[in-house]
Amino acid sequence: MSTVPLIETRNLNMRFGGVHATRDVNFKLSDGELRCIIGPNGAGKSTFFKQLTGQLRPTSGQVLFRGKDITGCQPHVPARLGIGIKTQVPSLFNGLSVWENVWLSACRVYPKAKALEVTRDTLERVGLTHLQKSTTGLLAHGQRQWVELAVVIAADPSLILLDEPAAGMSDQEVRRTADLILEINKSHALIVVEHDMSFIRMIAKMVTVFHQGAILTEDLPDAVMNNPTVRQVYLGKKAA
Amino acid sequence: MDLALIVSVQVLYAIATLVIISSGLAVIFGMMRVINLAHGEFLMLGAYSAIFATKAGVNLWIAMLVVAPICVGLFGIVVERLIIRHLYGRMVDTMLATWGLSLLCVGLVTSVIGNTTSGVSTPEGSFSIGAYSVSFYTMALIVIAVVLLFAIRWVLRSTDWGLIARGTMQNPGMADVLGISPTRVYSITFAVGAALSGLAGGLLAPVSGVVPTMGGSFIAKAFITVIGGGSAILAGTVSASALFGLINQLATFITTPVFGEVALFIAAVVMLRMLPQGITGRFFKGSL
Amino acid sequence: MTAFRESPWSAVLVMLLGVMATLAIPQWVDDFALIQITIYVVMAILAISQAFIWGFSGILCFGQASFFGLGAYTYALAVVNMGESTMPVLLAIALPGLFALLLGYFMFYGRLSDVYMGVITLTVSLIFFNSVNSTAGPEWRIGNAPLGGFNGIPSIPPINFPGNPEDPLDAIAFFYLCAFSLIAIYGGLRWLISSRIGHVIVAIKENEQRATLLGFDARAFKLFAFTLGGCIAGLSGCFFANWGSFTSPTVFSLGQSAQIIVWVIVGGLGTLVGPIIGSMAIQWLTTQIGTQQTFNSNLVLGVILVVFVLLVPKGIIPSLGDVLQKLFGKKVAKGEDA
Repeated sequence: MSTVPLIETRNLNMRFGGVHATRDVNFKLSDGELRCIIGPNGAGKSTFFKQLTGQLRPTSGQVLFRGKDITGCQPHVPARLGIGIKTQVPSLFNGLSVWENVWLSACRVYPKAKALEVTRDTLERVGLTHLQKSTTGLLAHGQRQWVELAVVIAADPSLILLDEPAAGMSDQEVRRTADLILEINKSHALIVVEHDMSFIRMIAKMVTVFHQGAILTEDLPDAVMNNPTVRQVYLGKKAA
Repeated sequence: MDLALIVSVQVLYAIATLVIISSGLAVIFGMMRVINLAHGEFLMLGAYSAIFATKAGVNLWIAMLVVAPICVGLFGIVVERLIIRHLYGRMVDTMLATWGLSLLCVGLVTSVIGNTTSGVSTPEGSFSIGAYSVSFYTMALIVIAVVLLFAIRWVLRSTDWGLIARGTMQNPGMADVLGISPTRVYSITFAVGAALSGLAGGLLAPVSGVVPTMGGSFIAKAFITVIGGGSAILAGTVSASALFGLINQLATFITTPVFGEVALFIAAVVMLRMLPQGITGRFFKGSL
Repeated sequence: MTAFRESPWSAVLVMLLGVMATLAIPQWVDDFALIQITIYVVMAILAISQAFIWGFSGILCFGQASFFGLGAYTYALAVVNMGESTMPVLLAIALPGLFALLLGYFMFYGRLSDVYMGVITLTVSLIFFNSVNSTAGPEWRIGNAPLGGFNGIPSIPPINFPGNPEDPLDAIAFFYLCAFSLIAIYGGLRWLISSRIGHVIVAIKENEQRATLLGFDARAFKLFAFTLGGCIAGLSGCFFANWGSFTSPTVFSLGQSAQIIVWVIVGGLGTLVGPIIGSMAIQWLTTQIGTQQTFNSNLVLGVILVVFVLLVPKGIIPSLGDVLQKLFGKKVAKGEDA
């Protein structure tokens, strides 16, 4: 296991006008690790995420991928380096079929024949083979989330960033998504931003809590849940 | 010294002209995010209204300041109801439909009037600055442009209607809930924008040859000024007009009127590249 | 129906029909009609350039006339100076392409959105129009060729068989050149669209953010498409200058850009065949209207544009496709996989 973190931020800061959305965030993730990021609304989770993917340029600080500075790079660069992103609002090619969506991801990485094979395999892995000819825009929300998952893993990234992958799903779908993520984690590192606590419990090994743009604490799931400061931040003065 | 004064007057005139021809488009774009490519034809219709009114015996100033805006304003109501209303939110489709409308207007007017140039004579009188003379009409237009800006500002800032309009533009759903009909607000706003374009046409009738195709030469400049100005109606129009008017006049002064125009266009292209949201997208944010 | 439309067979079918028509037409019509049909073909090439960049790449260009005009003027000025036509034709493709490359770089790498791109492209065409229009004096010339300003450039030498300036193409040969160019360009674009690059270009139009997050540099792909569109429009301009042996600043006009857009809208945004048919239909209509006095052509064009935007927003070909699909019910399920 290499000692250089897979992805790391150093003193990351983001200001929008008067809002200090990211405050001196020092974050580290190792190869193959699975990390969950939680925090109340407005804590700056998505903003933080977007700085990892090049969608936002930080006001100051650095983002390093395998030691290489990727701060404020062009948005198509992270993917080429091996970072796959599933956005908060599913971003897919709605007019195209599920197959085409996944294939587009694979074809950037693999040559022609291999790309077809990878597309087939990925669809099978995520359980979407029966939907491969469907127009993506017409699918149910939960299915679209899985399509986006398939699209992301088809490119075989070393790091996968998932922004609320279980949002809007039924309990059964949440369970399935959790299993998928654990399976994916066997060969890829993941950062998952989520709200759903039961979902977090299903997958989390380490949890990072954001509050008002800064990291409040980083610990095992149970420790975090029982942390009085965390509960206060989430629930006000009431205990859970 | 005299030269400096004359050049200043010319620059102010160029800026005033841009303000006058752009205000209607700015109101419509700034308030409704509608790009009306028939704006030049609204101007043309205003010019013709003024000419016909004058020929019918109406006083020139009344024809320009009253008849022209009213005629085109009414036409604007019809256009909004028949075309624009169905395309809200579809910016590209609106551009295309209004482009069609502009062709339609040109064709219609050409069929009815023919291709001959009409005109009205400029109001008489001029004064001299040293060896140069400046017509009173030039000064009048500069004054009118300033008055226009203040009038728009007053309506938007200080009247009930202005507040309702601004609120509806920002959040139609909310306005609806408060009992204000967004449809009616859009209709009136578009009519006002059209009326302003008609006014511009009337005012420019004495200084440019009036042909059915005259709109074409104005739409480009107006369009560029409005988009270049950005979403704030007044601050945008003023800043963009000032910038482009200055460049246009200076380039004209150094070379020829044609290259003055070209300089304006090039400046616009460069500026849009640097400030993709227009001037007020970056500066004077939040102003009217 | 959509599946058939996107399959290689529809492209083959269209090209086959095109070849048959091209070979048959000169046998059936007289020279005058042939010349009429030739201009329809030339404009169809222009239409297909806009159809490609707009319908498949999502680039809203309100000034495609810029490249058309550049092609016309480049050919005219080059052929007057060089005396032989092969190089001028190549220049008429390359120069507009180069300009598209520069303008595209300027716009796409500045991340401009739809509307602003429309304004800039429109303004650029106006810059050309106004500049060229004022070059009437004898001091305005390139080599031996005066620019002519609003008078235009008359007596442009026609395209000759390569290497032989004494052997110009006659009406039939010129028709063949234009028609086979159109068919070849159509085939080439269909092939491009079905290739990996084509798929990416369409994906970028569909959702630029997702395409970028997959690792595709959207700016580069759009630049490629825009440049290609510029080259094709330039070729059309070159043919146009040949067709009338004349070119004037109106090739850069707003009216010209407007027409191209009308053709694409009427024919159907998102198809290649649609705008070809749309352009021919509208031109034929305009000619018919020109021969009678009741309705002005601007009027009719304007009404058509407004009606189509409001009532038939998809255009002729896609709407026809929808109708056929409804009538025949079943979907022809040709799989998208290799």
